[in-house]
Amino acid sequence: MLTRRTLLGAISAVAMLAAANGPAFAQDSYDIALISKGFQHQFWQAVKAGADKAAAEFGANVTFEGPETESQVDRQLDMLAAALSRQPDAIGLAALDSQAATPLLEQAKGANIPIIAFDSGVDSDIPLTTATTDNVAAAALAADKMAELIGGEGKVAVVAHDQTSRTGIDRVEGFTNRIEEAYPDIEVVSVQYGGGDQLQSTEITKSILLANPDLKGIFGANEGSVLGVANGKQELGSNIVVIGYDSGAAQKAFIESGVITGSITQNPVGIGYETVKAAISALKGETLPPVIDTGFFYYDKSNMADEEIAAVLYD
Amino acid sequence: MTDTTAPAIKTGPRISGAFHRLLAFSGLIALVVGFSIASPNFMQTQNILAILQATSVNGVLAIAATLVIITGGIDLSVGTLMTFCAVITGVILTYWGLPLPLGIIGAILAGAASGLVSGTVIAKLKVPPFIATLGMMLILKGLSLVISGTKPIYFNDTPGFNQIALGSVVGSIFPGVPLPNGVLVLFAVALVAAFVLSKTALGRYTFALGSNEEAVRLSGVNIDRWKIAVYSVTGAICGVAGLLIASRLNSAQPALGQGYELDAIAAVVIGGTSLSGGRGTVLGTLIGALIISVLANGLRILSVAQEWQTVVTGCIIILAVYADILRRRAL
Repeated sequence: MLTRRTLLGAISAVAMLAAANGPAFAQDSYDIALISKGFQHQFWQAVKAGADKAAAEFGANVTFEGPETESQVDRQLDMLAAALSRQPDAIGLAALDSQAATPLLEQAKGANIPIIAFDSGVDSDIPLTTATTDNVAAAALAADKMAELIGGEGKVAVVAHDQTSRTGIDRVEGFTNRIEEAYPDIEVVSVQYGGGDQLQSTEITKSILLANPDLKGIFGANEGSVLGVANGKQELGSNIVVIGYDSGAAQKAFIESGVITGSITQNPVGIGYETVKAAISALKGETLPPVIDTGFFYYDKSNMADEEIAAVLYD
Repeated sequence: MTDTTAPAIKTGPRISGAFHRLLAFSGLIALVVGFSIASPNFMQTQNILAILQATSVNGVLAIAATLVIITGGIDLSVGTLMTFCAVITGVILTYWGLPLPLGIIGAILAGAASGLVSGTVIAKLKVPPFIATLGMMLILKGLSLVISGTKPIYFNDTPGFNQIALGSVVGSIFPGVPLPNGVLVLFAVALVAAFVLSKTALGRYTFALGSNEEAVRLSGVNIDRWKIAVYSVTGAICGVAGLLIASRLNSAQPALGQGYELDAIAAVVIGGTSLSGGRGTVLGTLIGALIISVLANGLRILSVAQEWQTVVTGCIIILAVYADILRRRAL
């Protein structure tokens, strides 16, 4: 009996310890639950850092949770269900699968808990707004940088990840439209898709380079694509200008060594910050725009170490 | 499901089994009471239903794992096998457009077939269960991605499919209690597994293999056959888990599943089943799975940071197994 009592004591002690964390928060600050697509990855930790910053600034209590991998759709639903039971003032959600989340979103709507979507949108009309990167504008910035680096004339190409996903479409159109509108002397000779697969993107890059010996530059529209472009460039000993997207240890190393000239990075800190800010605005009854642009930066060897840039880059 | 509330006095092993379940059960009650006191949002119908819903998939997987663990084996492939069965259902219902019952049968048969392979590799090729099922875990993970083309398969063309987990037969009879069907499936699987373990030859050999495999072999029993049978039943139960998760998500998510075996094994261990075999109950496992979901849900409701949630869950697992060691030392 002694062992049982000791154990029960221990278990309840743990429960109490946990409990001590909970209701200690002041009731007058907003309680906001963010359910993200991931947790321990550097990108999501940067989103969390932004959310914490906004929480401190606006005096809200923010929790941040996400499944271990972006495939664990059911775990995310469990997190969302628990968050709903907690009856927070608002919920931020980066849905892994919009369709699977629909019943819980309806439940939130019924309970009058405002939902703010972040990162990628939630395919539903329930979220009040979406805090995300304006991929069209970000890719247009890549086009501007490309034009500047190749001297405003010549042939360029795009290696992208996907022609059906939102980010794939937006980044390709953002880049090509900007070139077409602003740089009449630059021609986009080829747009090809490698599924974000490094090896496939390498082969695509080599075939583009072999077919266009006078090519001046390639834009790689996501991490896997631009790594493939960099590989292809190295394998053929080419000296074209390469502009990439996002970060990651490999891409950063390529930028250090000059194989990739520079890249566009999203602003995960801004995504977290704007999500919490939007939730508080919603709670105050303010009207929100349908999309909140969380910003992006161009970085290269010269500014990679700057505090503002380093904070949004991840390995 | 057998001798739950039996007064803990009679014979040696009976005392221990009942005592451990009592302990796990007290732990569950302590958690529920603790969380209810700590937050008014915990003890609400909607939240209790959410906890049960969250338990359904892990509970079924844990029951599957319980059977092989009682034989002294292990099955690391339960998580990815669940996904594989979900993908098979997706192929049958969405790609081939066949009727719902065939999808259900397909998932369970796919699970049993995979268990048959694991069991054969273990029994006939003498590959240790840990390695054999580790291999199967990776094989099934890969096959799920291959078959599905690495994309989720949605069940939009099979309107009734999401009712398997999300519908509520109970709710249609008692409107106040919309208990999801997935939870009923969990209870049904638990009842069947408990019956098999306590009342059938398969159940007796499951325990016998875990207690003293050599003795069973020397008494002239074809142990290979029974071992393969146990792994096949485990696989079939994983098929049920595959149906539940696919129904809940209204899609077969091919990349999901790895890591789920650890939660299932944790539930088994918390429930008092010994990893060295020969001892364990389905009811214990069910309580173990509930402890894991209550803990996760309660800590979330209390806004405990996610890092600390994992730390607390780890502590509970060690405490539960330590209790088991204390109890065995006392015997």
